[in-house]
Amino acid sequence: MSTGATTLSGAPYPASPGLWALAWKRLCRDRVGLASFAIVLLYLALMAASAAGLVAGDWSREAGVSYAPPSFLGPGSAPSAERAAPGSEAAAGAPPEDLGIVDPLAAELAEIRKELTGVSVSESRAPTLAFGGDKWGRDVLKKAIKGTETSVLVGIVAAALAVFLGALFGALAGYYGGPVDDVFNWIYSVFTSIPYLLLVLAIAAVLNQKGTATVILILGLTGWTGTFRLVRAEYMKHKVREYVLAADAIGASNAQRMFGHIFPNVSHVVLVQLSLHVVLFIKSEVILSFLGFGVGVDTVSWGSMLNEAQSELLLGQWWQLVAATVAMAVLVTAFSLFTDALRDALDPRLN
Amino acid sequence: MPAYITRRVLQFVPTLLGVMLLVFGLFSWIGGDPAYLLVGKIPNPEQIENIRRQLGVDQPYYVQFWIFVKQVASGDFGASWATNERVSAIFATRLGPSLIVLLPMLAVSTLLAMAAAMLVAHVRGSLTDRTIMIGCTVGQSISILVYILVLQYVLAYRLGWFPVQGWGNGLAENLLRYSALPIIVGVVVSLAPDIRLYRSFFLEEINQDYIRTARAKGMSETRVMWVHVLRNAAIPIVTNVMIQLPGLLAGAFLIERFFSIPGIGREVILAVERSDFPVIKAVTVYVAIATMIINLLADLLYKAVDPRVELK
Repeated sequence: MSTGATTLSGAPYPASPGLWALAWKRLCRDRVGLASFAIVLLYLALMAASAAGLVAGDWSREAGVSYAPPSFLGPGSAPSAERAAPGSEAAAGAPPEDLGIVDPLAAELAEIRKELTGVSVSESRAPTLAFGGDKWGRDVLKKAIKGTETSVLVGIVAAALAVFLGALFGALAGYYGGPVDDVFNWIYSVFTSIPYLLLVLAIAAVLNQKGTATVILILGLTGWTGTFRLVRAEYMKHKVREYVLAADAIGASNAQRMFGHIFPNVSHVVLVQLSLHVVLFIKSEVILSFLGFGVGVDTVSWGSMLNEAQSELLLGQWWQLVAATVAMAVLVTAFSLFTDALRDALDPRLN
Repeated sequence: MPAYITRRVLQFVPTLLGVMLLVFGLFSWIGGDPAYLLVGKIPNPEQIENIRRQLGVDQPYYVQFWIFVKQVASGDFGASWATNERVSAIFATRLGPSLIVLLPMLAVSTLLAMAAAMLVAHVRGSLTDRTIMIGCTVGQSISILVYILVLQYVLAYRLGWFPVQGWGNGLAENLLRYSALPIIVGVVVSLAPDIRLYRSFFLEEINQDYIRTARAKGMSETRVMWVHVLRNAAIPIVTNVMIQLPGLLAGAFLIERFFSIPGIGREVILAVERSDFPVIKAVTVYVAIATMIINLLADLLYKAVDPRVELK
């Protein structure tokens, strides 16, 4: 399976004036679609850069004081008396461990931490950060970028897995029909009779282990049903067309007809499904991670950020909530608009 | 018609069997030995053996599956592993609060979304339409968690209009005092996707020939929209709402969790957190059964209100 980006990046070659070139042309005329595509690509680039450690590699550095409030103008604009968040009575700028009790292990811990990270605790901490800090004084913007990496990775890989399964099952069921179709339809009816999130939670309960791979597996193995139904219908329609009969006449095997001849003609359905599922799975991952059934504790995701924001909000510290929400809303809006544009570009009959 | 119903009910059997196989496979094979989950931190071989015998885990798989089938048929899933409460009692006491929140929420959100969808479908292509549609797309992109967190913080915590969370004893108190904010949150969350979907239902009808005929014979636009379009568009909307219901029963867990509503959804989350397999198994199987029954009812309703529909 290829992602939408790489497939489309292959599309503009003039050598292939087929479906993809036409679709690319139509997509170029759609301003909103193109703009949202650019945003999606930007996020993907951000994700790649973050995975390679180019940006936000030092997200876990405790750059500011605990719950450092956001300020673009630097510490000068926020005098220490007003370090508390707006509307909160407690001095939010003070670290939670500062209770007047001297930590007897402080010196040793600082030594260990310095050895591990090369960062000294005594290094001066900024009283404010441009976008605010979390409980440990980590920059929420960097956390949001790191969270983008996790959430988008889960969304894309899980969607690729789900759409691959759905397309494969749909192809087999639609092409062979008969008992094969009956078996896959039975599995389909079983999976669809259990509400999606309930099934996801039940599997999460059984696996009982957190981690990015687990989330991808759960979402991928449960989310194939929609693609299955659409691809199956397409294969039933296509398998009796002349070009498939002609392929049969020149001796193409079943596998060749299914994947060499029919699949290119239904691949636009698969691509739109892929795009749709990325959005769906990003949302699901956020909920799972929020509840603590998602990615591991050492991984930042938008869901885990929202989980931390839950208690911070009560203290009036809104910046982590805003960072995670905006990062997610921009991507999901752009991806949804891009999906609509992709559908219109690939299937102009719908209009 | 009776033949159709009979056939559909008979089709429940293989599907239900599949659901049970799936649930049984998940919990018995992948889930590992429950005795180790139950016995606690200091495993004692004798105790483990005891628990295994009580749960029937020492039996071969086909015997265990038969026990499971009997549990589903009798509705007796035994006791919760976490609280020792009967699973059937958990269902009986948790269903009410779930419904107190869900039914008004569905009613209000459906009516509001229908009204808004009819408006935007009527002025389709206009600035209003496009603005609302873009608003819906953006609104759908924000996680449900954010809606709950922000609305609970602003409306309950800061402004104090509603209790932050809780649940009382009387129906009126629960409905008017404790359910109000959860219902508002649920309505706000479901409005954006509902308006988008219902708008497409309305547009489908507005483009039909009979609407053109109604307009051609000089019928007022109000009557066209409120009588002809609305009645026909209401059919897919009502079936859509019905089909949503079983999923919402377990799917409202986020709202129930945040507002401490003792409903089915919160019970599911608690059960997942505590590895309380009997409760999860029971919820999954019964929600699947409810889904099948409601899908059949929705199809029958569709047929009843729209004679053109053919049941195959």
